Amino acid sequence: MSRLNSYRELEHLCKRLCEERQNITTTVMACDGPGCQASESRAVIAAIRNELSQQGLDGTVRLRATGCHGFCEQGPIVVIEPGNIFYCHVAPDDAFEIVYQTVAKGEVIERLLYTDPVSGEKARTESEIPFYSRQDQQLLSLNRLVDPCSIEDYIAAGGYSTLARVLDRVAPDEIIREIKASGLRGRGGGGFPTGRKWAECREAPGDEKYVICNADEGDPGAYMDRGVLEGNPHLVLEGMMIGAWAVGARKGYIYVRNEYPLAVTHSRIAVEQMRELGLLGDNILGTSFSFDVDIARGGGAFVCGESTALMASLEGGVGEPRPKDVHTVVDGLYHKPTTLNNVETWANVPAIIQNGSAWFASKGTKGSKGTKILALTGRIKNTGLVEVAMGTPISTVVFDIGGGALNGNPIKAVQIGGPSGGCLPVSKFDLPVDFDVLYEIGSMVGSGGMVVMDEESCMVDVAKYFLAFLQDESCGKCVPCRLGIDRMLEIITDITEGRGTLKQLDLLEELAETVAETALCGLGKTAPNPVLSTLRYFRPEYEAHIKDKKCLAGVCKALITYSIDPEKCNGCGVCIRECVHGAITGEKKQTHVIDDGLCQKCGICQSECKFDAIRVV
Amino acid sequence: MMSQTLDQILEGRRSQPNQLIEVLQDVQENYGYIPEEAMRAAAEGLGVPLMEVYRVVSFYKAFKLQPCGKNNLIMCMGTACHVRGAHLLLEQAVGQFGVSPGEVTPDGLFSVEHVNCLGACALGPIVRENGSYHHHMTPGKLRKLIEGLRPHGTEEIQHVKA
Repeated sequence: MSRLNSYRELEHLCKRLCEERQNITTTVMACDGPGCQASESRAVIAAIRNELSQQGLDGTVRLRATGCHGFCEQGPIVVIEPGNIFYCHVAPDDAFEIVYQTVAKGEVIERLLYTDPVSGEKARTESEIPFYSRQDQQLLSLNRLVDPCSIEDYIAAGGYSTLARVLDRVAPDEIIREIKASGLRGRGGGGFPTGRKWAECREAPGDEKYVICNADEGDPGAYMDRGVLEGNPHLVLEGMMIGAWAVGARKGYIYVRNEYPLAVTHSRIAVEQMRELGLLGDNILGTSFSFDVDIARGGGAFVCGESTALMASLEGGVGEPRPKDVHTVVDGLYHKPTTLNNVETWANVPAIIQNGSAWFASKGTKGSKGTKILALTGRIKNTGLVEVAMGTPISTVVFDIGGGALNGNPIKAVQIGGPSGGCLPVSKFDLPVDFDVLYEIGSMVGSGGMVVMDEESCMVDVAKYFLAFLQDESCGKCVPCRLGIDRMLEIITDITEGRGTLKQLDLLEELAETVAETALCGLGKTAPNPVLSTLRYFRPEYEAHIKDKKCLAGVCKALITYSIDPEKCNGCGVCIRECVHGAITGEKKQTHVIDDGLCQKCGICQSECKFDAIRVV
Repeated sequence: MMSQTLDQILEGRRSQPNQLIEVLQDVQENYGYIPEEAMRAAAEGLGVPLMEVYRVVSFYKAFKLQPCGKNNLIMCMGTACHVRGAHLLLEQAVGQFGVSPGEVTPDGLFSVEHVNCLGACALGPIVRENGSYHHHMTPGKLRKLIEGLRPHGTEEIQHVKA
């Protein structure tokens, strides 16, 4: 395609692409996101492509490999339009039938439909599935409209028209006013008002300014940004460009985790395609605006999610944060004014400018506007990426969308906001997903990780897990974080291994508060949150570890034993065969017995027993 | 493995110290680790002190100072995988190989490493084995997976902590 020299030429291209697609009668949208890829979606897509060509349908049917649809647990997912027919757990062998029956004749294949775990009923369309119908997908729903490697798809769907309009006739100050009025707040964790950040950067002295997209999603248990950047890179780039125009930047960076190879590849392809069309480079669309983007791969350091550490890393050095006496909007990358926003924040920008700030602000609560993507994972039925309006109660997310407990065990808590967030008990589930409300009760929306825990999750172990993570990830620059986390981890390890004392709990609390008050950067300041929130809401569990030497959830190895439930064991012998430690004995068809002295608590017997007869207490 | 030489990796980036991490990423991708000669070449080519190059290599998890085994298992230790029992999987692999995370078995066949998150949280616990993802893993499934990777005729030795 040739270079676009004006707003009109982009409009013309969009019209031409739409006309070219008029003979497409059916679209098969196959999710090729990270979750579905782990379930072999690539083979499914290849098989469907092959069938379409074998059955002579490749001229009128469009097969689109898309980014994440969200319902990862049910992958590989295939959606067929028209009809909104939703197939889950699709295997390559299903390709013939899908093409022959559904694509060619419009007939639905019953066995590939989703079965509701509660009602047992089959859902014919995506919109009948509670996981989707209770959501408000503003960003994620765009994923299925585009092949992330096709700029034509994005333009045909109206992409870059907002940017073009902005460059043609909207002044930077007007953009900033709209973003401010929309109430958009940073989706990466901090929740800082985006419009204010942009305004400060615009006002900062200097001709050379930068915009950065933070795609270093180091938060364990969260993959929202991956879903958006991999699935719709042009949306993020369009948002960045509108931001660059508003703040007066000529250069941008996407700092992306190298552990997300698809996100790296898709954003590189997107940038190349934009350069080819003249959407990046000098005098974009014939205007005075010049802008370019580089893709930088992160080195796998959690602290680089912090803005000053990320900028140090972009400059080629180690990712150590620095004090933010002067904000990065004034003194950022290479000491120039810099606007850094998270992937999801940038992705929200085009729609706000297109539909107006009032449209965006109509969703959400007083202080938290719009929608938020959450990574719903852990011990629940429906795991995946979920997008809800801000203000949606946690219970709606966990029970209605998430489908409730995984194995029928009662749900105990949800951990929100990753290592900087906190654990909330079920009694707080009526609270809304809202920046301010969650912050007040010791947690945070954070980047949107939501890990559900049930009676088999030990809250002391969860706190220990986060401390170990943060100890490993602390850059070591400031003392409170480097030593404080170490000492807290020591105490909590004592507790999980049966050496803890009640007095240590007070010390743990005191240490946590000290680290929160004195650490240099956001990582250190929020590091004690998992400890403080579990102590606040689950203190009896800590006490059971200390006083009774018991881990009621059956997780802390030093405090548990494996045994066999004689009611459930039918003496099949599988556990005896599988136990490499020779710790299980018993005759065929008689209850087996585990020898405590030999048992290494490796969990193999429990994972292999088909009768759920292994008890851990 | 691709075969970009150090010269090719450095091309177009010489005397640009801010390209250090990008250069090291490419070295890691091509060689599977960061050999000393690559650090020296990067230092000279980009105009960065060797000590700073080493500091960067040792700071970021993405960079390895030694090659991994022929079969490399990556265990996801993300929160979602953790609450579904990922710690048991790491212990299983470490016990079965008899080496610590980051080390290679003496025959060079296996290594195991753990990462903070592979980003497929909905399907945890996740184990990545030579590029392919295994989801909903259990200790039992992992043991069989590892056994399947062993060449025929080699015996499993279960290393038990005393």
